[in-house]
Amino acid sequence: MKIQVQRVSKSFTADGRRTPALVDIDLDVADRELICLLGPSGCGKSTLLNIVAGFLEPTSGTILVDGRPVTGPGADRGVVFQEYVLFPWLTVQGNVEFGLTLKGVPADERRRIARRYLELVGLVQHAQKFPVQLSGGMKQRVAIARALANAPSIILMDEPFGALDAQTREILQEELGRIQRVEHKTILFVTHSIREAVYLADRVVVMTSAPGRIKQIFAIKLPETRDRFAPEFTQYESEITRVVKEEVAKVHE
Amino acid sequence: MARGSVLLSVPEMMEWGLRGPAVPRRRALRLRVLSIVLFLGAWSLAAGIVQAAGLFNPIFLPGPWLVLGKVLAMAVQGELWAHVGATLGRVAIGFSTGAALALLLGLPAGHVRAVRNLVEPVVELLRPIPPLAVLPLFIVWIGIGESAKAGFITYATFFPMFLTTVHAVRQIDPLLIRAAQSLGARPRQLFFRVILPAALPEILTGLRLGVALSFFVIVISEFIAAEQGLGFLINDGRSFFLVPQMLGAAVLLGVLGYAGNALVRLVERRVARWQQAV
Amino acid sequence: MTRGLAILATLALWAGISYGNRAVEWMLPALLPTPGEVVRVFLDSVRDGSLVTSVTTSLVRVAEGFGLAAAAALALGVLVGVSTPVRLLVEPIIEFVRPIPPLAFLPMFLVWFGLGEASKVAFIGYTTFFPMFVAVAASVLRVDPMLLRAAASLGATRVDLIRRVILPAALPGIIVALRLGFGLALFVIVGAEFMGADAGLGHLIMEGRTFFNPAQIVMGALVLGLLGSAANALLVAAERSLFRWREARATS
Ligand SMILES: Nc1ncnc2c1ncn2[C@@H]1O[C@H](COP(=O)(O)OP(=O)(O)OP(=O)(O)O)[C@@H](O)[C@H]1O
Ligand SMILES: [Mg+2]
Repeated sequence: MKIQVQRVSKSFTADGRRTPALVDIDLDVADRELICLLGPSGCGKSTLLNIVAGFLEPTSGTILVDGRPVTGPGADRGVVFQEYVLFPWLTVQGNVEFGLTLKGVPADERRRIARRYLELVGLVQHAQKFPVQLSGGMKQRVAIARALANAPSIILMDEPFGALDAQTREILQEELGRIQRVEHKTILFVTHSIREAVYLADRVVVMTSAPGRIKQIFAIKLPETRDRFAPEFTQYESEITRVVKEEVAKVHE
Repeated sequence: MARGSVLLSVPEMMEWGLRGPAVPRRRALRLRVLSIVLFLGAWSLAAGIVQAAGLFNPIFLPGPWLVLGKVLAMAVQGELWAHVGATLGRVAIGFSTGAALALLLGLPAGHVRAVRNLVEPVVELLRPIPPLAVLPLFIVWIGIGESAKAGFITYATFFPMFLTTVHAVRQIDPLLIRAAQSLGARPRQLFFRVILPAALPEILTGLRLGVALSFFVIVISEFIAAEQGLGFLINDGRSFFLVPQMLGAAVLLGVLGYAGNALVRLVERRVARWQQAV
Repeated sequence: MTRGLAILATLALWAGISYGNRAVEWMLPALLPTPGEVVRVFLDSVRDGSLVTSVTTSLVRVAEGFGLAAAAALALGVLVGVSTPVRLLVEPIIEFVRPIPPLAFLPMFLVWFGLGEASKVAFIGYTTFFPMFVAVAASVLRVDPMLLRAAASLGATRVDLIRRVILPAALPGIIVALRLGFGLALFVIVGAEFMGADAGLGHLIMEGRTFFNPAQIVMGALVLGLLGSAANALLVAAERSLFRWREARATS
């Protein structure tokens, strides 16, 4: 197993009151697997992702990556944020090279690697631009290239396409699918879009409303290149929608 | 639409907001020149009237030509440069020491809570005291020599530069730090490759403030205790009613302050190229 | 809580160093006044009335100079905001005069207005006018054009726009400008009173230097600091209650 989430719970203390955000999460993620996390807003998806990233410590339980416990953030787990989070003082190329620079990779090697990933996300001609000069979709492509260039075995993505318009979003989903067929990363992907989850995931994990537990796991048995209009696709979509709706309804009770 | 009327009309406000329509560069330049010419003209006229009508002793309001003439005369005789040099030297030493201290204390204080809790109360306690009030203390402590003047500039400029540095570090988006960490940044790398560049634009703004403040306060220490410097020239002029000398030195201080500001701006523009969308 | 502790610690540090210096005479004891000495000087000057006179003298000068400058800065700042020609004419002059450190003109004011009250009031007015004017004009110019469009589409005339949209929208910025100006007035009054004054806190401090009484300098400086903090706290509180519609964001 690549990632093992073992009985992880997390509670936050706010105004002296402890509120549980995650309760007893158990999840094994296989190498090269793409998992999508779905669930109502506030159920703890980001919290779980942040714990795996090493930004937060679980209140109890452990996370193992390659069998070793996670103690903090590290270059083995790349992160792509919903808010893009590029280093605004670096060019597109500088951003993609950032992790390599930290490792002390020589400049021409860095340039070669950066070029390869900029090609992969279709941004070679924008390499010398600064982030303020890019559209949202372009920024997120840079963030993905930056994560990939650092060669992590795991990529954690928290609603990476959440701030994009519907068209750009579908294009980036297709790009991510294509990239994954080349790069074979282990990916944890948080989303609110069931279509997106069915399009991308090997397995879809649906969480309960807060405090978050795992409600149900769907294995998506569809071919690698997926057709959003195939009957099997819509079958999965409506099945998962039904389960998610139950939980979302609870939030509004 | 009332084009050419003095106040913006409602349709003009609707279309462009209060900044009004963008003024073509040529016309803006003409207006600037016109404005300065009007200013100097009004000054000359006032001085001329005073002289012609004998309203009061004309030495109190010399025309701009007299001021310029005095500055040129001092420049030609060479005495001016010693004064300019003295002032610039004090500002350079005092300001750079203040800036170094502000960065050395402000960067860690912004980043590490414990350091902040240690340093900030002292700063908060001393900051409301107008620095000028402490100047006599510097003089009784260090005497009236060069170190008192430079030291006083350091003291006066430290506070605003320290506070902007702390703020600059604290306002950094925590997600940037997370992003760098998950790309493998160690604490040292985090500091030099993320915190420093992210804080730099605001730090530079603080430095600009410090430069202005240096020229602001050097004058008064040169009034009180100096035999050289532009502030000395001004106060010396006062004793003998040498108004052109006083105004000339004041304008020169303005020029120096402006140049210092422009210098930091230049650095700012180079460093912060990434902030402006092209 | 921790701040209060840290401030106490700072005062304790001062006491420790100054009383310690008394014992080991690392520095001439008179040079490093102890808290006790400063309190004594404070009580003495309260008793003989000199402190109260100094404070009121300084505050009256500040109030008059600041008041005049504030009125002028408001009027001219708003005018510049709603009139492009005036703005284009005034801006270069301001840019020309502003880099000159105001204190450089202090002796000029003494020459022009004599050693009496007028020179101090005029000097404070001159000094505080420029930054306030610039800040007022900037906050007027920053008013969101969408607000103007919204109001105009509801039938507002130019006067309505100025009174009911521009002024209220710019008010927070204007208040900040006034706070800035007041702080600056307290900053430079000291300098003005160093030079040719026979009363006021600046004079009191300078007296401390002339008669070699560092405790009096420290006392004067602390009183000024307290005045500044009090004035600032007052203005911030006024601001808070005035602008509850704005998201609570401290601008100190
Ligand atoms: N730093 C924090 N301090 C206190 N409570 C927090 C903190 N972070 C998250 N929470 C709480 O934990 C719960 C889960 O939050 P989380 O951000 O993980 O939800 P989410 O599933 O990602 O929601 P969304 O879909 O809206 O992004 C929420 O109730 C939230 O209020
Ligand atoms: Mg979330």
